[in-house]
Amino acid sequence: MLYRECGQYKTSYEADQAVFPILQDRIGIATILVVAFIILPLTASNFVISSVLIPLLVFSLAAIGLNILTGYTGLISLGTGGFMGVGAYACYKLTTAWPDVNVVVLIVSSGVFSAAIGVLFGLPSLRIKGFYLAVATLAAQFFLSWCFIRIAWLYNNNVSGAIEVPTRSMFGVAITGPTADPVTRYLVTLVIVVAMTWVASNLIHGRIGRMWMAVRDMDIAAELIGIELYQTKLLAFAVSSFYCGVAGALMVFLWLGAAEADSFNIDQSFLVLFMVIIGGLGSLIGSFLGAAFIWGLPIMLRAAPAFFGLSIHAATVEHLQFMIVGALIIFFLIVEPHGLARLWQIGKQKLRVWPFPY
Amino acid sequence: MEILYKILIDPFVQMVAAPDLLAQVVWEGLVGGVLYALIALGFVLIFKASGVFNFAQGIMVVFAAMTLVGVYEILRGFGVYPTDLAAYLALALTFCVMLVLAVAVERLVLRPLVNQPDIILFMATFGLTYFLIGFGELLFGGNPKVMIAEQLHLPRGAIELKILGGFVSLQKVDIAAAVVASIMVIMLAVFFQSTRIGRALRAVADSHKAALSVGISLEQIWVIVWFAAGVVAVITGIMWGARSQVEFSLQVIALKALPVLILGGFTSIPGAVVGGVVIGVGEKLGEFYWGPLIGSGIESWLAYVIALLFLLFRPQGLFGEKIIERV
Amino acid sequence: MRAPAPDQTAASEVILGVENVTLSFGGVAALRGVSFEICKGEIRAIIGPNGAGKTSMLNVINGFYQPQEGRITYKGRTRHTMRPAAAARGGIARTFQNVALFAGMTALDNIMAGRTLKMRRGFFWQALRHGPALAEEVVHRRKVEEIIDFLEIEAIRKVAVGQLPYGLQKRVELGRALAMEPDLLLLDEPMAGMNLEEKEDMSRFILDVNNHYGTTIALIEHDMGVVMDLSDRVVVLDYGRKIADGSPEEVKADQKVIDAYLGVAY
Repeated sequence: MLYRECGQYKTSYEADQAVFPILQDRIGIATILVVAFIILPLTASNFVISSVLIPLLVFSLAAIGLNILTGYTGLISLGTGGFMGVGAYACYKLTTAWPDVNVVVLIVSSGVFSAAIGVLFGLPSLRIKGFYLAVATLAAQFFLSWCFIRIAWLYNNNVSGAIEVPTRSMFGVAITGPTADPVTRYLVTLVIVVAMTWVASNLIHGRIGRMWMAVRDMDIAAELIGIELYQTKLLAFAVSSFYCGVAGALMVFLWLGAAEADSFNIDQSFLVLFMVIIGGLGSLIGSFLGAAFIWGLPIMLRAAPAFFGLSIHAATVEHLQFMIVGALIIFFLIVEPHGLARLWQIGKQKLRVWPFPY
Repeated sequence: MEILYKILIDPFVQMVAAPDLLAQVVWEGLVGGVLYALIALGFVLIFKASGVFNFAQGIMVVFAAMTLVGVYEILRGFGVYPTDLAAYLALALTFCVMLVLAVAVERLVLRPLVNQPDIILFMATFGLTYFLIGFGELLFGGNPKVMIAEQLHLPRGAIELKILGGFVSLQKVDIAAAVVASIMVIMLAVFFQSTRIGRALRAVADSHKAALSVGISLEQIWVIVWFAAGVVAVITGIMWGARSQVEFSLQVIALKALPVLILGGFTSIPGAVVGGVVIGVGEKLGEFYWGPLIGSGIESWLAYVIALLFLLFRPQGLFGEKIIERV
Repeated sequence: MRAPAPDQTAASEVILGVENVTLSFGGVAALRGVSFEICKGEIRAIIGPNGAGKTSMLNVINGFYQPQEGRITYKGRTRHTMRPAAAARGGIARTFQNVALFAGMTALDNIMAGRTLKMRRGFFWQALRHGPALAEEVVHRRKVEEIIDFLEIEAIRKVAVGQLPYGLQKRVELGRALAMEPDLLLLDEPMAGMNLEEKEDMSRFILDVNNHYGTTIALIEHDMGVVMDLSDRVVVLDYGRKIADGSPEEVKADQKVIDAYLGVAY
């Protein structure tokens, strides 16, 4: 009853092609943006902002990147962690080399380096498909992990092997570094993530998105309608790695404030992959839902025993977490292989006819 | 020029200069290769028979090893003497546990996902991996354990060969591992080719729907094959554990099986062995002779790069079947 | 039976010439020394028993398979090999026996995908969407809606194609091929699995495409009634060889064809 499209006629193709053709969806998005930009910074605690919201945004962006490659184009990738790392280290080198350049510009530019590495490791996709391509991305992941340790130049020959984020400002306010205020960091991250999500949405809904999905669904037929497979796949690698790279730079500069090689290892790749699987392959909203779920679950699990008045050993909580995540992945794949995004769509369908059952 | 010499000539010069060292490195590579092959064997079994790439094979190996040691300790706690009785009883019980695991996986994971595309099943095994990691750590604790090699009467000590102008030392347990692996490979290969169940397993790998429609019981087949993979996992766990400790971080070794499978093909049992040996030897040689040039630790990615290069020239692996897509 | 269309004179322009094409897979010869021509604007049927090599022939024309011997001349240009994407750019479109739609997309998106080659706006404009890229989408959407109208599939345009019944899927696939505005349309058993009504609809569409857009059509079909009614000329293949080539009446009376395929005089 609330979610009816009744009476919302489209009188032009342009209106019909809109990303949010239904008025209620537009209101929903506007509300979310208002909450995100205005309400949360004013009401949420610093802890929530630093440890929940910012990481959520960072991982959502990485999940969007992986979704473009795996969800929309069908190319399995286990190299997400490595690509994030490339962005992070690139940004670090750029900002230590040019400390006066606006750090936001550098964060976005570091994605270019990630994109280049992504294309490099995507070159085998001409000949290799499916699982085998996953191995190429594994090679990328392990090789890049090794580079992050071995190539001392990347972390400015710092003895500890880790990188510390220097203080950078914009409009006189510190954005990165130890003095940066969580709300500031949050707003900068939010702006970047919202902008890049908008771009991703534009790409997906247009010609390029259709090309990617065609390659995913049936590459033989895609060739037939004139799609150049190789270039389309490489474009997917480039854009996906760009997003992951920026996510990596955001992770180091606007969330953790520091990083070391281990932050971008194979476990990171799996983490983002799970977000994409649970959130829903081939769905932008799924990227956010999956990130929220995978990131939020351990936090909830850690808080739950105290909430219920039980005391459980910290290590046990971690073991339980693994078990629950694993079981949930299986559960989702059985019940709804299209993930939380599909559940959300089904929810909207129900809203269309609510309060009637069907 | 000097770089070219260093990369292309010098390592070979070193190899020839100390042939006993070369033999030792090759032997170490072979040993590693056999162990990779054992893990790959578990993958091949399940893939060959159900088309599922069981990412959880690695954790199954660790879980099996942990169960073995854990059950042994419980039995000793109950005062079971002598030690080898306890050890073999623990082994038998571990096999039972793996059977239970196979049944559980079939009922809870595979049966609900019948007819789903392969990638969904593949991702389900990710979930299984994480679940088993958490479950195993919960049951056995996160600390490393010592494999009960002595109690199982695994051979100890080494044989020293005086050849090639120097010494080459072969650990007896490694030789035992090679022998055991070979026996398993032969038995499994015969099983798949010649028996009725073996044929049914291959049918299921090709098409669930078609196999169902000729009356093959998918449930039975899956339990059989996951149990078989579980048995392989136990043996692998014993062999791996005997060489170093048994700990949960070992499960990432499973990822190393991927290059092995690429070389050997995902469905070939002898291929798993050949692939394992090639990767094992290649990795050790690369790390020992070329490692110092590039930097230490290259074995973390060398196997994947070898596999990748191989894939570019032969996308179906050494033994795999070329898939012809009919339009 | 069709009356020959006004432009079907003896001196018709050849749009596609197949010259002595031989195609083998390992030891199996799918095509042996096949030669024939397709004239511009005609409907050419390729018939024959199963395994005769009909689909392989279309795959060769399309660029999926590269023949070991022989040449294809298309629009005056002769080539030994051609890649599918190049064939598409040259104006060849195709449908499949087993419907090759993009299962994850709606009918509308599938047909819009057929417009890919015609869409020019590059990555930067696509990333912005609002502005030139969206304007281009609308232009092509108009064209696609014409095709949707023509094929009478307005009601299902927003439905995911995986959920559509087989007959409608085939229509969507035809729509996607038409969206490419092809000069040569290859149809592989477009009537397979259809009932009489659906066949009549599909026949009507094929005739309309040929009459209205002037598209040359090569079609593989088993239903002899359809072949007789729709086609201008027929090629008959058997075991990879051409055994007859001519008008439908000539071919159906040909003894070799009756022996190999028809069974009785049709």
